[in-house]
Amino acid sequence: MNPSDTGNPAYYHKVVDCQWACPAHTNVPEYIRLIAQGRYGDAYMLNRESNVFPAILGRTCDRPCEPACRRGRLPSLAGGPELEKPVAICRLKRVAADHHGDIAERLPKAPAVKNGKRVACIGAGPASLTVANDLMPHGYSVTMFEKFDKPGGLMRTNIPSFRLPEQVLAEETSAILDMGVDIRYNSPVTSLKALLAEDYDAIFVGSGAPRGKDLDLPGRYQADGTSTPNIHIGIDWLGSLAFGHIDKIGENVLIIGVGNTAMDCCRSARRLGGKNVKVMARRPRQFFKASPWELEDAEEEQIDIVINHAPKRFVVEDGKLTGMEFERLEWDAEAKRSTVIDSVILPCDDVILAIGQENAFPWIERDLGIEFGKWDMPVVDKTTHQSTNPRVFFGGDAAWGPNNIIWAVEHGHQAAISIDRHCQSKPVTDRPAWGMNLVSQKMGISEWSYSNDYEKAARQKMKHVDLVERFENLHVEVELGFTADQIAREVQRCLNCDVETAFTAKLCIECDACIDICPVQCLTITPDAPEEQLRTKLSAPAVNKDQALYASSPLPQTSRLMVKDEDVCVHCGLCAERCPTAAWDMQKFQLLISYAGTPTLDGAIQQASVVR
Amino acid sequence: MPSIVKPLVTHPSLVRNNLGLTIRDYEGSMSTLCAGCGHDSITAAIIRALWELSTPPHMLAKLSGIGCSSKTPTYFVGGAHGFNSAHGRMPAIATGANAANRQLTYLGVSGDGDSLSIGIGHLCHAIRRNLNMLYVIENNGVYGLTKGQFSASSDVGSKSKKGEANKMAPIDPIQLALTLGATFVARSFSGDKAQLVPILKAGLAHRGFAIVDVISPCVTFNDHEGSTKSYKHTRGKHHVATESDFVPFANEIVGEIGPVGATTIQMHDGSSLRFTKVPEGYDVTDRMAAIDYLRTHQGEVVTGVLFAEEGVPEMHEMNNTPAEPLATLPFSKLCPGSSALEALMADFR
Repeated sequence: MNPSDTGNPAYYHKVVDCQWACPAHTNVPEYIRLIAQGRYGDAYMLNRESNVFPAILGRTCDRPCEPACRRGRLPSLAGGPELEKPVAICRLKRVAADHHGDIAERLPKAPAVKNGKRVACIGAGPASLTVANDLMPHGYSVTMFEKFDKPGGLMRTNIPSFRLPEQVLAEETSAILDMGVDIRYNSPVTSLKALLAEDYDAIFVGSGAPRGKDLDLPGRYQADGTSTPNIHIGIDWLGSLAFGHIDKIGENVLIIGVGNTAMDCCRSARRLGGKNVKVMARRPRQFFKASPWELEDAEEEQIDIVINHAPKRFVVEDGKLTGMEFERLEWDAEAKRSTVIDSVILPCDDVILAIGQENAFPWIERDLGIEFGKWDMPVVDKTTHQSTNPRVFFGGDAAWGPNNIIWAVEHGHQAAISIDRHCQSKPVTDRPAWGMNLVSQKMGISEWSYSNDYEKAARQKMKHVDLVERFENLHVEVELGFTADQIAREVQRCLNCDVETAFTAKLCIECDACIDICPVQCLTITPDAPEEQLRTKLSAPAVNKDQALYASSPLPQTSRLMVKDEDVCVHCGLCAERCPTAAWDMQKFQLLISYAGTPTLDGAIQQASVVR
Repeated sequence: MPSIVKPLVTHPSLVRNNLGLTIRDYEGSMSTLCAGCGHDSITAAIIRALWELSTPPHMLAKLSGIGCSSKTPTYFVGGAHGFNSAHGRMPAIATGANAANRQLTYLGVSGDGDSLSIGIGHLCHAIRRNLNMLYVIENNGVYGLTKGQFSASSDVGSKSKKGEANKMAPIDPIQLALTLGATFVARSFSGDKAQLVPILKAGLAHRGFAIVDVISPCVTFNDHEGSTKSYKHTRGKHHVATESDFVPFANEIVGEIGPVGATTIQMHDGSSLRFTKVPEGYDVTDRMAAIDYLRTHQGEVVTGVLFAEEGVPEMHEMNNTPAEPLATLPFSKLCPGSSALEALMADFR
């Protein structure tokens, strides 16, 4: 096996599971350490660099980092077959936001002198706001067109205020808009052709996937073609709620669909007067799209989640919706094929359809050089976000269909890089390189500058407002945040995966001390072999093959290799602690991410610069 | 001494032995030896051997004398009985303990100073009695705990850290044991667990005195150029004389034909010591052949199980002592009373 290329930032980056899984590559372990030190403002600003909306995401993020968390692959100390729960990364982000103090001076500012380039952003959602966030400090003039009278996009219209309070949303959108974005509310773009004629240097389409899917079953429409009353499209209904257009719903409500939008719909319905709210799912629970924690929160609010029911028709009597008929299904093991058992009618006053969203670009003329491909979606380059019209860029849900907020943010960052390069007449396909820093954490004999004890505490559960209080007012935020005690415990659960085990082969005397001490048996010294074969020779079996196998160059005394299975290393540092020659060292890895306008890292710090 | 406590967390697919214990259950306290000490590797090998043999921790007695090596029983099997004796007196304490309770597994850990200088007399007598125990010498050729003086196992010409060469001839514990009649004699190297672990297991299974001399480099005082007990020198001069594997009783060997010269020694507990490679004409049951072999390979670090003999009675068999521990013998048997004493005395009159 070839020696691992630890000079490539991607190698150590992948070891930091959370950061690797995060679309925006937020430096999670570092912000958790900052929280541990009480440096909430620093933690917030570090978050903001990559994910722009720490307070919003600390409440609403889809958390791709948490299923990836290394802690979740370790056996529970309580014994039994249970695994540990991941670190509450997302809610710790909220902790940083809750306590960040005065950061006004530290937020990015736009220079007084502009660079003369004008960029139009369509929509004021997370993708467009990120583009503005990245471009404004470099002197760009950004104009943003928003169809509603407030910023935030789907973060405002789709996420109920009991999950994301208005002032939290306002604070983080203002931080960007206040740099001097020319925001035009109540200004839906109806013709891209007209906008292109306005002489913008670049146009960013961040208009989201605003069309909720309909369910065209018998009874959906009345004879005159209008919608049967009391049947709602989920995202439109949530939007009406967000803007205060509706304030009540019937007592018996059926939600069709079981994604995260369905969870927001059912919980909102409970607050508007729904007493008997059921979420109707076609498939068994393990195939749900909703995040497990959102399902738990809904069930805590006494919402019934009904599985294996496929909608058949709306029951309408005298023009009034009275119920809905479902086929009861039985599925095979993979939930691929189903058979119908029978059908049932569930009475209801309202039905909310939450079965997905679609893109719709009726306002993009088809003669603008923007090619449309499959499913009538624009052809957009996956890396540069550029459409086939070089002035037009896409990001967020508008680019490739519905996804989550953190992906929209990352799209915004990448599109901003492209727009910047496009405006400076540089090829957009040349992407600025990423770098890294590696700094030894050794402070002295047996002294390391990070807390490497293994915290035994279980994942902290965030306290919720009690049921009575939360149903009194639509805007009462359900989650109360972590207490000081909970913060102190949860931060220590982080394994500091970014404090990397760095190995220098030429120093190794093959004494086996590291192998003997490793609590998770991830080290092996073995003769060279192809990777597949090496995996069979490890001290403990390689369970998760997604993680890399580190292989050193041949060791001086026997030419064998030091092999490390990166999978479950707990970064305790005992290998380095017990190494007599400092062949192992614990070095803090910092990924240097390039954003729009940051000086290129080419030729700069690409490799560990450890002086020995 | 590490400032970090070894985390209790384990690999998710940790295997359990016949007793339902994981290898982590055979650990002891954190080692306070220098980082990189060969002794820690031997500790790890002992942990693995005991775990693989499914030795119940409470049925193990670990004994030691004084020295770096003698600190190590603290670092394995925290749930076992332990006795840290006076310098060089471990074999005597082991003899007493074994005499009182032959049901325990006895594992003594000693060093070249403890065994070959101050305690050499006790070692000789433990061999003579064929005491049923595994006796591990963690041999680094130096007095590490007193900052690096030559020990009784330092080779002639081996240099100290300051550059001075040793002039006095070494005592080779293996040749000593062979000439005194030890019934299981092996040498290994702390840096080769693939060899060491099966040897330790065979030594534990052996009925009688099993001595294993393990070259265990001292990283602080004896791992430099010119030392003959360094990692580098040992690897350079390492000569594997015999290759063997320990086959537990439960594992049936089916129709496997070994290479030329392969032999198997049946252990008293049903397990076997299977030699997969022995030199042409070498007989591991021939004491003189082993001594000859060592003589013809002087200057090399000859390792492997060099001699093994299973049929020799151990101390209890020689003395016809009871099988059960003295502590559980009924008082009437342990102390038969004045009439029994009278009868005994009458024999002498």
